[in-house]
Formats: sequence, C-alpha cells, structure tokens
Amino acid sequence: MKRLILPVAILCVGFIYTSCGGGGSTEAPKEEKKVQMNMGSDPAPSAEAPSADVGDPMTNLGIGPVKSIELAAIDQGMVAEGKKLFEEYCTACHKVDKKFIGPSPAGIMERRTPEWVMNMILNPEEMIQKDPLAKQVMMESNMAVMANQNMTEDQARKILEYFRTL
Amino acid sequence: MKSLKISIAALIGISGLFIGCQSGGQKKAASATGSDAASSVYVAPGEYDEFYAFMSGGFSGQLSVQGLPSGRVFKVIPVFSVDAEKGYGFNEETKPMLNTSHGFIPWDDAHHPELSQTDGVPDGRWCFINGNNTPRVARIDLKTFETTEILELPNSGGNHSSPFITENSEYIVAGTRFSVPIPQRNMPINLAKGNFKGALSFITANEPGNMTIKFQILVPGFDYDLAHSGKGKSHGWTFFTTYNTEEAHTLKEAYASQNDKDYIAAVNWKKAEEYLAAGNFTEMPAEYAHNYYDERTQSATSSMLKTVKVLDPAKCPGLIYYMPCPKSPHGIDVNPTGDYIVGAGKLSADLTVHSFDKMIAAIEGKQFDGDAYGIPVLKFDAVNIGTVSSGGLGPLHTEFDDKGNAYTSFFISSEVVKWKVGTWEVLDRVPCYYSVGHLMIPGGDSKKPWGKYMVAMNKITKDRYLPTGPEMCHSAQLYDISGEKMKLILDFPTMGEPHYAQGIHADVVKPNSQKIYRLDENEHPFACKKESEARVERDGKDVHVYMTMIRSHFAPDNISGLEVGDRVYFHVTNLEQDWDTPHGFSVLGANNSELLIMPGQTETLVWEPKKEGVWPFYCTDFCSALHQEMQGYLGVGAKGQGGELKWSLGD
Repeated sequence: MKRLILPVAILCVGFIYTSCGGGGSTEAPKEEKKVQMNMGSDPAPSAEAPSADVGDPMTNLGIGPVKSIELAAIDQGMVAEGKKLFEEYCTACHKVDKKFIGPSPAGIMERRTPEWVMNMILNPEEMIQKDPLAKQVMMESNMAVMANQNMTEDQARKILEYFRTL
Repeated sequence: MKSLKISIAALIGISGLFIGCQSGGQKKAASATGSDAASSVYVAPGEYDEFYAFMSGGFSGQLSVQGLPSGRVFKVIPVFSVDAEKGYGFNEETKPMLNTSHGFIPWDDAHHPELSQTDGVPDGRWCFINGNNTPRVARIDLKTFETTEILELPNSGGNHSSPFITENSEYIVAGTRFSVPIPQRNMPINLAKGNFKGALSFITANEPGNMTIKFQILVPGFDYDLAHSGKGKSHGWTFFTTYNTEEAHTLKEAYASQNDKDYIAAVNWKKAEEYLAAGNFTEMPAEYAHNYYDERTQSATSSMLKTVKVLDPAKCPGLIYYMPCPKSPHGIDVNPTGDYIVGAGKLSADLTVHSFDKMIAAIEGKQFDGDAYGIPVLKFDAVNIGTVSSGGLGPLHTEFDDKGNAYTSFFISSEVVKWKVGTWEVLDRVPCYYSVGHLMIPGGDSKKPWGKYMVAMNKITKDRYLPTGPEMCHSAQLYDISGEKMKLILDFPTMGEPHYAQGIHADVVKPNSQKIYRLDENEHPFACKKESEARVERDGKDVHVYMTMIRSHFAPDNISGLEVGDRVYFHVTNLEQDWDTPHGFSVLGANNSELLIMPGQTETLVWEPKKEGVWPFYCTDFCSALHQEMQGYLGVGAKGQGGELKWSLGD
C-alpha cells in the first residue's frame, strides 16, 4: 500500500499546480534513497554456539505447560509412536538429516533441556515471543515461525522420546 | 492508506468548494437515538458481542453472520451462490452442492434463516434457509459455519414459505409461493385456475446427511406465502398464509387482491404421519437433487431422487383446514405459548389474531363456511379472537419478546408497532428508515425469546449512509426493547437483501465452534497428509498433484512436464493444525477461483493450461512473514511436448 501513496501525493500536487493555471516546474524534488539488501552476506550465528545473552540452554526449561521431565531408559514403544507423529506433523519443516525450514532435531538433547523441547512443540507462539533461545532459532530460520500443530502433552512426550534416539 | 484518504479527501474537498455547497448539512432523520445509545451498542476492542445474528442475503443467495449489538459482520456463509473468495462452487469438493435437476445452478434467492430447536428453543446446532428461485432448502452446520446439505424440492414453483421449523426440529417446511402444473407440463396459461396446484413439503431436519421429504400435501393452486410451525399446545400443526386465492395468472398486483379474505392453511402434520403410516399416500415420480457435504471426506456428493410421497387432502380428512384472514396475509406468526396465530393482512391496517383453542373447537364443532376444492373453510368468527387495530399500514411480520409483547413491522407506514398479546392494545410505535420488511428478536419466533434487542430489516436505504452510487446497501436498525419504549440505538449495513434473520445468544453457539479440521480425521480421497508423500501422477491428460502447504511453502513447489491440453487437479492439503491458519492457492490463468483451505483440510482446484510457459502459483492468504515466498512454478510445454513429468521442493 505504501507505494501507492507517493503517486497519489504527486497527483495532488499536480492538481494544485493545474488549478493554479499551470506554469512552474512540475518536477518534484527527488530524494534518492539507497537501500542495501546485503542478502545472505551477514554472518549467521552458528546454531550450536549460543551467544552470551541467551543464557545457558541446558538450564532453560522454556515457557509452557511442561515444568519438569524425568527421563528414564528409552522406551522403544514411545519412540515408534513419536517417530510416526514427527513424520506426520513435523517433517514439512524439520528433517532429521539436515536443517530445512527449521533446525534438525538430531542431537537436540545435547543442546536443549527436554522441558524446553516439549514447550517449544506445545507453546510455540509464546516461546518465540519470550524465550531468548526460541527467538534466536527463529532469527536463524529466516523468521519462519514454529507452527503450533496442536499436539497433546502425551504426543509431545513421544516425539521427545524419538528425539532421544537421534 | 491514510495519506491516500487524506489526499482524496483534500481533492474532493477542494473541488467541493468550487462546486459550492449544494448538499448542505446532513439531515438527521433519526435524531431519536438516545444520548446513551453509543455506549449501549459499543463492544470494546477484543470483546465479544452478546448475540449472533444470522441474516439472510436475499438475492445474494448467502447467509451473513453479524454480531449484536455491534452489527459487525463476521462471515458471509456461501449457501446457494458461488463464492470465489472461498472457492465455494468453484472447487471440486463443493461443486456438487449446487447441483439440481436443472443442472448446476450458481445462484439463488435466500430468504428465511431458521435455527434448529429443541423443545421450542434455538439450540445452536444448525441454521436452515430456503432458496426461493430454484426451490431448495439448505442446512448450515454451526460448528463449522459451512453449508453441509441442500435438498431440492419437486412440485414447487418458488420455495418461499420455508423453512420454519417444528419445535423439536422434526421438520422444516416448504410451501410453494407460485403454483404450477403438478406434475409439470405445458398448458395454456388461461387454464391455470383450477389446474395449477401447490405443494406443502415436510422435510426431516434432525439427521445431517439424511434430509428427506417425508411427505408433500397437494393443495389448491393458491400462493403459499409464509409459514410458522405451532409450539407448546399447537405443536403438531404448521400454519401457512395464502394470497391469490383468486388464482389470477396475470396482473396479480390487481387481480390477486380482489377477495376480501384469503386463507391461513392449518396443517395437522401429526395427522399426516398417521396417514403416511397407514399407507394412505401416492408415490409420485419426481426428479430432485440431494446434495451432502461429508465432513469426513471433505467432499460433497449429489444424488438424484426419483419419487416423492404425496398426500391428497381429499383422501385425508382432518389433515388441513383453511382459516379466513383479511387482505392477502403475508407473515404468519405464533406467539411463544403457541396460543395465538397472528396473520398480517399486508393490504390492510390491522392484524388478525386467531386462537388455536378456538380453531380446535371449531373443527370439532364443524363450524365450516363451505370449502375450497374440498378443503374445509372454518368460520372466521369461530376462530378469530382479536384484531390489533394498529393505526399503521401494510403489516408484514411479527416477533415476540419474553414479556408477553409482540412487535409488528409495517412496510407502508415504515414503522414497528409494539402491542400486548391477549389485550391486542397498541403500546408503542417507532419509525424505521425506511420501509421495514422483516423483524428479528433473538429467539423471537421461539418459545423463549431473548427480549433485549430487535432488528428491523429495511427495504429502502436512501440517505442513511454515505452514498455509493445508484446501488445502496440494505439498512438494518437495532432497537433496545428492554424497556417500555422501543429505543433506536444503531443503524448498520447488511449484505444482499436480508429477508428475515435469526438471533441466538452467543453462549449457545460459541463453545461448539470448531477451530481446525484434524489431519488424522481427514478422509479426503486425495488428501496428502505428509510432505514426504507429495507427488504428481499423470493419467492420460489428467494430472493429479498431491500437494501440501504449511507456513510457508508448498510441496512440491516446482512441477514440470505439463502440457497445453492437460487437466491439472491440484489436491492441496493444509498441514497446519492451529486455529486461524488458512492458506490460499491459485494459479495464473485459472478459470475458476482461488482455494481457501482451512487447517487440516484438502481442497481441489482444476487448472487447464492454455499456453506454453512457466507459470507461477502462490498462496493467496497472507500467512506469515514469509508469505510472499510461498510460491512455486509450473512448466508447461506445447501439446505432446511437455517432456518428463517432474516435481521437486528445495532441490
């Protein structure tokens, strides 16, 4: 919409000149504006290296319904269910073998607390607003937002279990 | 946008000065609004309205959802007309909804919304509405606010007196406004009288997917104008007004207004059920469509039905009676207790009130005043209990509050008159701007009206809003009816031409409103529920694209190997599972519309490329900061030269 404003403004100016009987220059002073895009030339911060202001990721529980998770031995039944859910609801943006729209979940348990992972799945809107780590991931993901896929806490827990095997 | 407005305003302002102040100040025809009116209709940002209003779109064929008291528009639900914005009638899933025995019909004239009821009270499950032109009725599901079922009506020449539900949603009804030859055949129009017939249909309403004409009653060829079903003690009866009992076929304006009285047809539908059960009916050949949108497969199917059960009043004594009512009655309304049947003689000043008890007594006492084509006519004095001498002109419709009052619209004198049920005395009157048609009080035709607001739906707008050329929006007016005097508190514009509306307290509907379609319940035959399963399949000239969408990409987003002459079906599934995350889809050169796909839903757009080239498609509903990037390309070769079919994403 912004682009429309200028031509219309010029039209108005033109109208006033015309109604004054013409004469005078109709050339409006042109302000030259240089826009530098710098597409892709910014050194993107490494996903593995948290900057000082995001704190220690391994103590950050995130924001959301999950306050504390006790991890026992890996439950293969839950892993299988979690893998299926991940494939159905998450793989449009997350691939195990590479960064896609968002980061790969491989090795996530070494970078994040289990609570943070589940809260990111269950409460992404608030996380990307308030949690410094989540904000950083969004910036690194070209501002693509984490979609809320309406998982239940039980479903998110199974996905977490699957992540433990990656 | 602001600077645009200002500039244009400045321009107009300047030229206005040159032209001179012809128009002067706005005249305030309705300065009757109280000083506290603004606060009484103010719904603060982020707050909700107290009531839903379902306003018919009339000649738009649609149903709009507005809030009361604010008058804000929330949604226009496509029902009988195609809607390119939502892809309704354009995508493959909804095209069958508009199928009829006359083929695909992209438009109708939608008049009377009617909410489903339980024990005579609106229950918020469904809204029904009639299509007048190519006779149909529709069900709108109030979980999704989508049209899910449409049934065509055979033996009807205009479905006006419809749907007007019974108190436990047993039936919606449909009476023909224009009588026609039944069965249809060509005949000289001057033989219409005595040969044309009407049909009153009773349609089961309680079972989604199974809307059925339980029976039709073949009646004399009058014009059956409006209806309402009985409630409480009159439950089991439905009342229809008639005009043109003269059976004129030309210059009806004059020739259909000759008789001093026309009839209110009182139909005992419980009696009809007995005759039906006893086998006392004819199975008549017919052709009419039943269309159903199945939420599991997210697709509509249309089936053509071949017979209809018909009852002949001559063989079914006690099924139907005529009650005389003066001057071409239009609205027919039953008060909340079911005691009184109010006929609005539209070419008179007065309302005629018949008593249900008196009617039953008159039937039992055989108080007949002859018959019309074999249907007994009850004596006027034997059924009449009162007359509302209104002082107005042209009464049309009556609604009720919860305090024993009735409110009647007067088209010619452009006002609403409030009167007392039982004493028939006039209590108050307010002007309408201009020429009010229908009225609506939330629950106002049910057993339990919410008697707080009344909406007048006006036929003429003139100077009520900033002018928009020759065509104006239709104007509605909101009145506060909680006190003794009616108070005008708001003007608001409407969509199309509302004929009637229904209102319901938001708490009855809001908790059931669905937020998403669950992917794991999506049984669309062409759904693609995982990005890894996105693919393209060729079957001769038909190409099926199983495509997914999520913020903010399509899979696949590049397809090549298409050819001019192909018919490409894009079956697009929205993988989002969050509330209010629809995506749109369209292709350059598509001859239909966009798709607007809700989370978890699959829709199909057909594209028939006409030219060689690489053609873009994109998301048409702003979805994220990367919405502009949600786009892809389709490579199209000349006929026979498309090359190998390939597709990819992020390769």
